[in-house]
Order: sequence, then structure tokens, then C-alpha cells
Amino acid sequence: MSSVVVDKAKVPWWVSNVIVPLVNLTLALIVSGLFVFIAGENPIEAVKLILYGSFGYIQGFAYTLYYTTNFIFTGLAFAVAFHCRLFNIGGEGQAYIGGLGVFLVAANLSFLPVPIVWLLAIFGAFLFGAAWAFIPAYLQATRGSHVVITTIMFNFIASSLMIFLLVDVIRDTNQMAPHTIKLPKELWLPSFESFSGILGLKIRYSPLNLTFLLAIASLFFVWFLVWKTRWGYEMRAVGHNAQAAIYAGISPYKNIIIAMCISGGLAGLLSINEILGVSHKIQAGFPAGYGFTGIAVALMGRNHPVGILPAAFLFGILYQGGSEVTFEMPNITRYMFVAVQGLIILFSGALENLFRPQIESFFVTRLNKDVKI
Amino acid sequence: MVSPILELININKSFGHVQANKNINLTINKGTIHGIIGENGAGKSTLMSIVFGLYQANSGTIKVNGNEINLKSPKDSIINGIGMVHQHFMLVENFTVLENVILGFEGETVFGEKLKKAKQDLQKLCEIYNFNIDLDATISDLSVGFRQRVEILKSLYRGAEILILDEPTGVLTPQEVDELFTILRSLREEGKTIVLITHKLIEIMDLTSEVSVMRQGEMVGHTKTQDTDKEKLAEMMVGRNVLLRVDKSESKKGEIVFKVSNLTVKDDLDVMRVKNVNLEIHSGEILGIAGVTGNGQTELLEALSGIRNVEGGSVELFGEKISDKDNFLNPRMLKEKGLAHVPEDRQRMGLVTDFKASENLIFGYHDQEPFSKSSILNHKKISEYSNKIMKEYDVRPNSPDLVTSNFSGGNQQKIILSRELNENPKVLLVGQPTRGVDIGAIEFIHQRLIHMRDRGAAILLASVELDEVLSLSDRIIVMFDGKIVGEKNNKNITDRELGLLMAGVTGE
Repeated sequence: MSSVVVDKAKVPWWVSNVIVPLVNLTLALIVSGLFVFIAGENPIEAVKLILYGSFGYIQGFAYTLYYTTNFIFTGLAFAVAFHCRLFNIGGEGQAYIGGLGVFLVAANLSFLPVPIVWLLAIFGAFLFGAAWAFIPAYLQATRGSHVVITTIMFNFIASSLMIFLLVDVIRDTNQMAPHTIKLPKELWLPSFESFSGILGLKIRYSPLNLTFLLAIASLFFVWFLVWKTRWGYEMRAVGHNAQAAIYAGISPYKNIIIAMCISGGLAGLLSINEILGVSHKIQAGFPAGYGFTGIAVALMGRNHPVGILPAAFLFGILYQGGSEVTFEMPNITRYMFVAVQGLIILFSGALENLFRPQIESFFVTRLNKDVKI
Repeated sequence: MVSPILELININKSFGHVQANKNINLTINKGTIHGIIGENGAGKSTLMSIVFGLYQANSGTIKVNGNEINLKSPKDSIINGIGMVHQHFMLVENFTVLENVILGFEGETVFGEKLKKAKQDLQKLCEIYNFNIDLDATISDLSVGFRQRVEILKSLYRGAEILILDEPTGVLTPQEVDELFTILRSLREEGKTIVLITHKLIEIMDLTSEVSVMRQGEMVGHTKTQDTDKEKLAEMMVGRNVLLRVDKSESKKGEIVFKVSNLTVKDDLDVMRVKNVNLEIHSGEILGIAGVTGNGQTELLEALSGIRNVEGGSVELFGEKISDKDNFLNPRMLKEKGLAHVPEDRQRMGLVTDFKASENLIFGYHDQEPFSKSSILNHKKISEYSNKIMKEYDVRPNSPDLVTSNFSGGNQQKIILSRELNENPKVLLVGQPTRGVDIGAIEFIHQRLIHMRDRGAAILLASVELDEVLSLSDRIIVMFDGKIVGEKNNKNITDRELGLLMAGVTGE
């Protein structure tokens, strides 16, 4: 019964939004270190390898930012829906279908000026991702089918649909593997190495490309949408209290659909990075789990763009640094990093309130003492 | 003859900087019903939570039957014969009554003999006090009034001699209140001691023999109930003179503004709740709806405000038809036509409690200038407006950025009222404007409503507080079973007449 009573109004914003997530993250990393130790490797060395792999050399850092780009999109996608209290865990499928939009635009409209094609491709990615989210949204709004169930099923449907298309309809018929032909070279988004000369750096290859700027722009877009516009206001009202929304003349039906479509659209943008930026074709299974990791990114970032940016960067570090570790330490497999991700979700999501009351009351009493003196 | 059963001596308790209880002294005599009255936030519930062992006092002594006791947890108080019925019930919904009562006191691992005995004991208790409860009924099937009885039964079964009830009538219908009071009186007859925490004066006058008044964490007075009256108690509670009867002039009735003809409305379960209702409201008058909860008032207000579909009949505003079965305007369109609505249940419907106060102050008007322009919110204008209006309506604390759930019930209600009244509506629908609001704020809210009326608004007021309907309304209609069973001019009606109508006894 000895729960700590904290006056929420007195807790400074930086305690609940910075200190608490950092403590949770540290705990997750300590437990991860324990796993590394049990696997027979030195955790300190592993941390050094992660930092070297993600920051130590310019190509590694470029990889880190490339992963960050993907996590920003999927993290934002989850966050937008969550402000309307919808758990969109279908980012994976929405990104996959978004890829179809990018490819169809780029392959069929390549006669247009290149920047126009890019813009249309961004539009296509958003539209296809949104369309894939629309069906679960419609079912939720009209029939009450829970989006958690429908979106996860739609991931499988998207996967099967894309495999069918990649095998029977849009496959590059000159080879056996399930992927499309490459897009014309002039449509490829400029990559980091083409800028590196200007910066006086010399690197051979990196997947980082112009999409990174689109991701940063998306952060601003979501912040503006959710907190500065009437639509964001209405979405949040529906999310917090649908009854009250109806009373105020706000339609839950409309807002569920809008929130899900924007969410799906943002997930779809991931395919700009993957298709226009990196592989230049649709490959089977290109979303590769980014959609799911986006949930963790959003949870860690407390569904706010300002939090999602560092959270996406952190997962970028873990992805890139993690591959360095698996390369150097034979006992550590890449599944170990899936476990690390899991621990971060566990500590910053499910166990989020484990230490929150203690930390908050610590700071509240400390700070109030300062005021007295 | 009178012997103290419970004594509190110099109890102090603070939460951080807030001192919830300051040097409280209280003596409760055996076999009495003792009232503790005070505004919301006066420290009544904190004090009783200390007595029940939920909180530990910072200093002070508690004596039961003259012996000093040390309460570390509710278990200690149960051992000492203290039981408590909380405002929000602590029952397992999918368990039966029997299972809930013995929870934690099963006495055996595999149910058998002891369970049988417990059932017999409970049946005996039920008979003595006329509880009329089926021990095998599942809690989720029981009405609020019965759930409360289960809580009382639970305390009695655990051997409570002192029973603390925290705002027991807040959730009950008038009949349920009567039944509860009967039970409490029979408990007193059997020698039990009852502590009644409330902020309703009428309950104190009705039931108690002694009363203690709390204000801002302090005990400001003890008295025998027969030596005091409502006005004196109210003054002690608030610390100044309070107008219990609203001061108002004769209404200046104008044209008919709002006309409802043959309206029928169904609820979510497709049950007909409003049956052929006809009413007219003139500008400059308050039409009160009296009635026991659940007789269609909720559905009527919801239909009139555009939240609920109309099944039949029509609604006219200034002679223009605004709703019937096929066409009805949604709440937003109705707002634009000058109809405002203060909903019955502020937390479920009137507010988004997770929003900042400023966000709630524009709720429903957020798409209008100056709050937003081409769908982009103007936060500067919103916060200027919020500051101004929170000052005007004396919302405390005056911090537009504070999340609404941190405001007290009365101040939350003021946020809704300021939002709905500020647009100068032509028609105002008000449900339970003062439910759970303390006396100081009630006075303020009543004055505002009268002020609106005098400015020519047509007001429809539904309230379960008969006093409120009587003191505010110019005309009163009574709803029973979805129908209007009587209409009276406020000047020539008595409580008794109204009571009979509310109970469905018609025919003069």
C-alpha cells in the first residue's frame, strides 16, 4: 500500500520527459550487458564496438543515419495514430504497399522532369501507405473491428500480395529472384557519397541519401499537425474521450480514418528511402522489421517528434553498432540485438512506471527544498 | 450514559506542503450517527482515511473505547472494529456477493464448511438489517444502491462497530437514499456507531444527532444537530454568509424560442426513453425538469443537443425546424445557431480531462475565429482568451496550461460553464449543473444561470436536486418514465406535490 503520492503539477517537464526515459534506457542496457556477459563476451568491449561501429568512421556514421531515417518514419507513423488512441501496428505492411506506389510512379512517369517524379513518388508512397491503412481504419470506425487485430493481419496480406506481384506481375523477367527491374539511374535520389566530395570527405558507398531530409521535414509536419492544427486537436480529443468529442460536434468516425491514413502514409514514406534511395527496385520483404521497431521508437520518444528523433537515432546506433558487434564477436548473434530492442521496449514501455514515482518524488522534494532555502 | 467510542486527539497530516489536517480533535459517541461536513477538499476524506489506516498521521493519537491504538494498515482498523464504505466501491465485479464479502477472510483453502457457515451468518445479518440481498447474485448485475449495501455488509461481517461512510449518497437515486437511511437507522438501533461524511446539509439534518464541521483542514465546530440549522452549518462550512435560496427577480418572459413537439427518443439499447414529449421555452425563463434519475432526462437533453438521434417528433428553434427523424443538425451546427449545452456528466462528456484547461475552454468552438483560422490554431489568442475568462469565472488555479484533471470538480464545472455561457447562447440546456460541486461554487453557478436568464436566454434545466429545480426555475415540468406527467408554475407548488409526481402518482 505504500505508494508514493506525487503532485503531478509540480513535476518539472524535464524529469518526466528526459530523466525517466534515460533511467529506463540505462536499465535496459545494463540488463543487455548481462546477456552479453552470459554469452561469454565482455560487455564493455561490446559497448566500445557499438560506439565505434556507429560513430567511429564516416561510413559507419552514414549507415547510422540511414537507419535513423527509416525509424523516424515508422516511429512517427505509430505516434500519429496513437494520439487518436489507435494502435497501428501495421506500419510494416503500409510501408511495403507504399513501395508499390513509389515504383509505379517512378517506372511509369519517368518521362517527366526528375524533381517532379520525386515529388509524385513521395505522393505515391504516402497515398498507397494511407490506402492500406484506410481499410482497417474504416472497419474500426464503422464496425468496431480493433485495429490491433486488423493491422497485424494486413501485414500478412500485404506480404502475400507483394510476393504475388513480385513473382507473377512485376518481376524483372531476366532473372529468377523476386524483385523488379532497377529504376532508371537518373531517378535515384542523390546519396551521401555524391555530397561527400563537397564536404572534403571520401567514402566508397553509403545508403544514406536525401530522404534523411524528408524524414526531418516529416518530424516538423507531425509536430505542426498534432499540436498546431484543428485536425490534430480533434484527433487528440477523439483519442482521449470519444464521448466528449461527439458532444463537441467532432466526428470520431472521420478522425479515426484521418489519423490512420496519415499514419499509414508516413509508414509508406519509408519506401522512398529504400527504393528511390538505396536498392532502386522493390525487393521482397524490404521493410525488414522497421515497421515494428517504429513502435518501440514511438514509445521511447513518448509519441512526440522531439522524442522520436533521439529515439530513432538510438535505434540507428543499435542497428549499425550491433552489426559491427556480431561481426567482431562470434558469440553474439544478430538475434541478441533483437533481444536488446525487446528489453528497451520492456523498460520504456511496459515497465515505464516502475521507477517514475520514486524519481519524480525525489526531484519534487529536492527542488522544493531549494525554493525554501 | 454517553461513552466515547472513537477519539481523535491532535491529528496532523500533510502531503508535501499541503496540510490536509491541522490539529484535529474529534470525539464520537457510541451508538450515534455523527456527521462530518465540509466543502470538497476540506480534509474530511483524509481524516477518515487516517482512521481507517489507509494513511498514517504525522502526529496525534487515536483511541478506540479509551484505549490508544496504532493503525498501520486497514487490517489494524478492522481488528479494532472500524469499517469504511468508500465513495468508489471496492468490489470485484465478476464475483458474487458472498465471494466479495469473504474475500481475504475465507478461512480455508478448499471451500466447504466455513463457506457454508459464512453464508448462514450473512443471511442472519441481512435479516436483522433488512438488506434484501441475494448472496449469490453477481456484483455486475446489481444496481449502485445494492453494491453499497454489499460494502456495508462486508464491514459488518468483519465485525465493524464503527462504520464510516464517505459521501454515500453521491451516486444514489432519491429512493436509494431513503433505503440507505433506513438501513443506517436500524444499524444505530442495534448499537452500531456511524460516521457520515458528506457535503449535503440536508442529509446531516435528516440523519445525524451530532455534527462536526471542517474547513480547510481544520475542525471549525462541533454541535448537536438539533441546536443548529442549514444556514448556520453552511456558514460554518464556507466561512461566510451563503445564500441558499437564490435571489431572483420575476422573469421577463418573451417570445417562444424553443419548441419541442411529440418528441420520442431511444437509448443505446433501443429502449424508448422519451415518449411524446411536448414543451416550449420562452426567452427569459428557466424551465426546470424535475424527476428521479433515469426517467428520460438524460436522453431528452442529448437529443435536443444533437448528440442522440430523434426517433419521432420535431424540435424548432425560432420557428425553424432543426431536428426531426430524418434531418437533424449535429452539435456543431446547433452551436452555430445559438444553442449551448452543459452536459450532465462533465468528465465523461463535457471535458477532455487530459487536455490543458485552455484546450477545454475552446472545446467545440475550436474551429471558430479567433481560436483558429484556416484550420490552424492560434495559441496566442487561445491563451489570452483563457486567461481572461478564467479570471472572470474565478477558476482556480488560474493556470490555462494546467491539465484539466488537476482541477477540482467545482472548477472543472466552471470551465464548462464559462465556455458554454460566454458565447451568449439563445438557448441553454443544462444538466446537473452543481453535481459534486461545493457550496461556494453552487452559489456562483446559480447566479450565473439567473444572469443568463435575465439577459433573455431560454434555459432548460434538468437536475436531480429538487432544491435546485425549485429555487431556479420559473416553471417546472416533471418527467416520469419518459413522459411529462405534470407542469407547474413555480409559485404554487409544494415539495410534496412534486415528490408525488416524481414517483409517478398522477391525478390531482
